Amino acid sequence: MRLLLIALFALFLNACAGPQLRGTGDLGLIIERASGHVTLVNTTARQPYARIGGLGDLSHASAVYSRDGRYAFIFGRDGGLTKIDLLEAKIVKRIIQSGNAIGGSISQDGRIVVAQNYTPGGIKAFDADTLELLSEVPAEFAPGQLSKVVGLADTGGNRFAYALFDGGEIRVTDFSNPRQPTTQRFPAGSQPYDGLVTPDGRYFLAGLFGEDGVAMLDLWQPEKGARKILENYGRGQEKLPVFKMPHLRGWSVAQGKAYLPAIGRHEVLVVDVATWKEVGRIPVRGQPVFVMARPDGRQIWVNFAFPDNAKVDVIDTLAGKVVHAFEPGKGILHMEFAPRGENVWLSARDDNKVLIYNTENFAKLGEIPAESPSGIFFTSRAVRIGF
Amino acid sequence: MAAEPETARQKELVHLVRQDCGSCHGMALKGGLGPALLPETLRDKPAEGLAATIYYGRPGTPMPPWKAFLSEAEAAWIANKLMTLFPE
Repeated sequence: MRLLLIALFALFLNACAGPQLRGTGDLGLIIERASGHVTLVNTTARQPYARIGGLGDLSHASAVYSRDGRYAFIFGRDGGLTKIDLLEAKIVKRIIQSGNAIGGSISQDGRIVVAQNYTPGGIKAFDADTLELLSEVPAEFAPGQLSKVVGLADTGGNRFAYALFDGGEIRVTDFSNPRQPTTQRFPAGSQPYDGLVTPDGRYFLAGLFGEDGVAMLDLWQPEKGARKILENYGRGQEKLPVFKMPHLRGWSVAQGKAYLPAIGRHEVLVVDVATWKEVGRIPVRGQPVFVMARPDGRQIWVNFAFPDNAKVDVIDTLAGKVVHAFEPGKGILHMEFAPRGENVWLSARDDNKVLIYNTENFAKLGEIPAESPSGIFFTSRAVRIGF
Repeated sequence: MAAEPETARQKELVHLVRQDCGSCHGMALKGGLGPALLPETLRDKPAEGLAATIYYGRPGTPMPPWKAFLSEAEAAWIANKLMTLFPE
């Protein structure tokens, strides 16, 4: 009888324990662009654990994370901003914040989520808890003319740097008073297409489409203005037609060098971050779209624009050249490293799956079904500057 | 009006437009870095001009020529479909 009571009591306790406690450091999500879904994944198990629908048009969607890695903020093309709880695997809140959006970023203190918009051109700041609109900053570059905004990235002090595609400017907006932001403007060059903040938060780089070069602003000394680096890297040669804009982010910096996609060329440009001088260029098998360093900086993984988007090249930063070239699947749109880089996940859009590879020996470890997968976002982004 | 591409080729072209043109114009063709490609935004534009833009690109803008991947007749078919109702 006594034993039975103990057994019953144990059962009772189990029933009360509720869901098992867990952290979020090994979680992430996959954007399924065609169907408005995200698949939630566990990078330790290398398996999906939930799927959430109803997120609207997710072409070119991206995600940022709350400081605790529990909530993802997903920016959809249709201006949707959706807050997802990764632990409860559900939508917490969803708003339509603009007509046409291109991504966003989260502040240093984690309290402000900022969306960057094409239509109407500008940025908008939201309370990360409630998604209440705090303020908006139109990207007006001439009277009545709004520019598409690209390259938005958080920097120190709840400031955000971004670039104006039509306006040819870099801007820095300070949200330390989130309802009354202040903005500085810097002429940058022709048609900035994306931007990045270096992992230390000091420099903002804007890649230029309309001319050969990259605009660079020292965020510690903004009064010095933006200057050009890698000017005339094409050396007057005719560019190839560009079938997809490259993407920049702080992942391009490894071992004291920045590895940047060359526009309209089959090359990765290498820049010394101490001097901002070009120190090399590495031939690759297509026009680079993502040029991403493994977290330790030993490898750089490169995927390519149409029609070379089945290929992936891996650069060894010590050797300074491609050491592994393969064709993992059809329509490789994005790559994401496990937090410490032992694995990389690749989305193969036209194969409807995500492929997982060991980065040391390039062995395939597994795959996850996903409908037209594009971006892959792990919670390790939560603790990085410029994401 | 040009001859219709074969059904299998039509599927490839629709995929190309939605997925790869979609990088700039949006998968739903509502625009992105490039303009929207919806019937209501294209209504006032001549179909031949749209087909030429697809085939030859538009210098001075990021729009590249797609002539390495499709024929003039296929560009014309895409332009016509964009102006009416583009298949899913």
